[in-house]
Amino acid sequence: MTAASTAALEVQGLNRSFGALHVTREVNLTLEVGARRALIGPNGAGKTTLINLITGALRPSTGKVLLNGEDITGLSQAQRARRGLARTFQINQLFRGLTVLENIAMTIGERDGNCNNMWRSAGAKQVVIDEALDHLESLRIADDALKLVRELPYGRQRLVEIAIALAQRPRVLLLDEPAAGVPSSESHLILDVVASLDPDIAILIIEHDMDVVFRFAKEITVLVQGAVFTQGTPSEIMANEDVRAVYLGQESHHAMAGGA
Amino acid sequence: MSHAAEIVVSILFDGLAYAMFLFITSVGLSITMGLMGFVNLAHGAFAMCGGYFVVSLTRSLGVPFVPSLIIASVAVGVISVPFERYLYRRLYKSTDLEQVLLTIGLAFMAIATFTYFYGPIPKSVPLPHWLTGHVNLGFRSFPSYRVFLIAIGAGLIAVLWYGFEQTNIGAKIRAAVDNRRMAESVGINVDRLFTLTFALGSGLAALGGGLAIQLFGLTPSFAVLYLVLFLIVVAVGGLGSLKGTLLAALVIGILDTGGKYAFPVAGNLFVYGITVAVLLIKPAGFFGRE
Amino acid sequence: MSETAPRDAAHVEARNRATDYLVRRHYFRWPEALPWLIAVGCYFLFPDRMAFGNQVLIMVLFALSLDLILGYAGIVTLGHAAFFGIGAYVAALITLQLGWEEPISGLLVGGLVAGLAGMVVGWFVLRYRGLTLLMLTIAFAATLQESGNLRSDITGGYDGLPGLTYKPLLGHFNYDLYGHVNYLYVLVVLAVVFYFVRRIVYSPFGQALTGIRENVQRMHAVGSPVHRRLVTVYAISAGIAGIAGALFTQTNAYVTLTVFDFEYSAKVMVMLILGGTGRLYGAFIGAVTYMFMEDYFSKLSPTFWQFGIGLMLVLVVLFARRGLLGVIEDAGQLFSRRKSS
Repeated sequence: MTAASTAALEVQGLNRSFGALHVTREVNLTLEVGARRALIGPNGAGKTTLINLITGALRPSTGKVLLNGEDITGLSQAQRARRGLARTFQINQLFRGLTVLENIAMTIGERDGNCNNMWRSAGAKQVVIDEALDHLESLRIADDALKLVRELPYGRQRLVEIAIALAQRPRVLLLDEPAAGVPSSESHLILDVVASLDPDIAILIIEHDMDVVFRFAKEITVLVQGAVFTQGTPSEIMANEDVRAVYLGQESHHAMAGGA
Repeated sequence: MSHAAEIVVSILFDGLAYAMFLFITSVGLSITMGLMGFVNLAHGAFAMCGGYFVVSLTRSLGVPFVPSLIIASVAVGVISVPFERYLYRRLYKSTDLEQVLLTIGLAFMAIATFTYFYGPIPKSVPLPHWLTGHVNLGFRSFPSYRVFLIAIGAGLIAVLWYGFEQTNIGAKIRAAVDNRRMAESVGINVDRLFTLTFALGSGLAALGGGLAIQLFGLTPSFAVLYLVLFLIVVAVGGLGSLKGTLLAALVIGILDTGGKYAFPVAGNLFVYGITVAVLLIKPAGFFGRE
Repeated sequence: MSETAPRDAAHVEARNRATDYLVRRHYFRWPEALPWLIAVGCYFLFPDRMAFGNQVLIMVLFALSLDLILGYAGIVTLGHAAFFGIGAYVAALITLQLGWEEPISGLLVGGLVAGLAGMVVGWFVLRYRGLTLLMLTIAFAATLQESGNLRSDITGGYDGLPGLTYKPLLGHFNYDLYGHVNYLYVLVVLAVVFYFVRRIVYSPFGQALTGIRENVQRMHAVGSPVHRRLVTVYAISAGIAGIAGALFTQTNAYVTLTVFDFEYSAKVMVMLILGGTGRLYGAFIGAVTYMFMEDYFSKLSPTFWQFGIGLMLVLVVLFARRGLLGVIEDAGQLFSRRKSS
């Protein structure tokens, strides 16, 4: 068995264009089992696009995506999800009219095929309910179990967002700015959760907050204008002059534009 | 001219006239649906209103036909503005279903109101002398009214084309149809743009309604009877596309006329067949986005 | 796996409460008996209006079928009359062409054919949403109607197929001129179908449908076979609409091509919206209210009736989005809040 086939997720030569706009350029990326990799880069670098390509929400122009050695490039989002790939969204994508508990219970139901059942009631399987409650407890939102999602404050909704992805029992988890939109007083809740995730799950996290990145990541990939600029350990990246220039360049541009 | 060629020419001509009617009435619907994503099923009611305005103007006030068309179109365009600003605007963020229900409700109310005032019996309009009879175009003579309809249609196409492609406002509309958020962020006042486009579209619908009287007769049910047809033209052509509406109107107008001539028993089967065929192959229509 | 948080008494109690909620969600509540009691009551109280009662119950069934796809799965269609019509005509044609006069099996065959049609059509059109889906469903119903007109030798065209006769129900109950037996027949069918629909709606499958309605993008992301789920529920809904259509044919002993009318599809949608979507009983309230109002007002003045329907739609969308059932629920909440204060 070669090293490549033990990788939880592998992206090979991924390209995506929208007409003349080349948004993802020859991206190669590997997530080993248990990886803790951060994906950083200036705004518009194509980080979310890359996530969309990996999950199948977007089809690549060229390139391959492999999950646990299997080529999933031709598979749909749902097919990839069933093979152990989960993601969260930058803006919450929740089932707002349902209770928190139902959000998770349904996800579990889809995961293990329970949702094919048209006859028995949704509450008939105690194991599903127990597991759902376990997930809620581990994210400390069990108290909100019977509240409708749309009634929760944004920070707690964000936890539900992550809970749904975790309820899929993924082997590879892609987190798109998990703390985005959460008031800074509450963001530690999110980050604690992320820090305490199962060590066997391979995680790729898009994040802007450098403190979070350096606390959480064992490896960092820097994406600039759709291409991998550089990859390395946190200390390597921190010491890298070119990375600073890319970010500094971004900052001074912002300053000139009046901090738009 | 050989007999077969005669028939083909007739079908093309009648189909073209029919297509012009479809285009004039549907183009407003296509642009507003493409621009605001708003499903306006009361569009047919605006057309019907226009028709009845023309009837009243010509019959009760003695205004000649062509000026009546203009007055009616402008009047309906103006009247549509408060509807858009005070009613429709509240539902821009609502679901498709809610928009469908609200506008169908408005259409029903309009039909009932006009039935009350005008009665259910089909109305006709007195035409000026030069629109009755035939016009000789060299190789054949054609009914004047249809030639008139085609001429108006062609003229409108030219004006709309110029307006869309060459003017500032047209560019703004195209930008907003393409990407509303982006347009707003570069300072385009999309709200005002929509009111303007909506008024224009409703006015054109009224024009189409007025022109349709001679072709189909006018009853209050016109509002829903032809609505499905307008929706088909818009869906097949692609939302927000001038080219698309024109092409769809031509395809449907000519193929429906030809189909009804060749197989009259089949009725509207051709139109529905075209609809299904196009939408299954290109769900966004000929020139629709995504 | 995640570590189990320490379980104190409060935790355990909260957990049990949450579990209870899910476990008991599908239990029958006493208000659910009301519509059935009323329906049976009408049998005894209004014996001379049974024919009308029949049509009301059939529309309830039709509206119920629409609630499955519109209220629960969020599919917006204006062509559901297509399946009603298929059920109606299959039931008519097997009687006329094959001499099959046993009503219950005829009913099942009508529903089955409509369900199969729903599966095939759904497989193609449920890939789309919005205007595209709307137009495809309208076009399908209209195509059936026009094709039926093409072969009016078989379908009787818009004049229809009169004079259908049926064997007594279950070999025993003979039909009377006033529709009493038919009323009970339709009521029993409605009850049986309702039982199945209720089970579906409270099942994990039903949960997945609401998930699709609430956020289809996330459903894809969690691995739900969305298209398969939609086609399944569409087929079931089509089958139920077909059963309603077959009942229509059987109880009227007559069918015409008007069963495919666009107006019919629109009418059943109005009924459901009026009553309230996504709650099953909205179909009851909406259909009954609409049919009664139509019966009363359209005799008074068809024009006022049309205006009233239009106005009602506008008001419901603007102010009572959850329909009559929503209004009742809100009033009930208000009442219980007042009582406790």
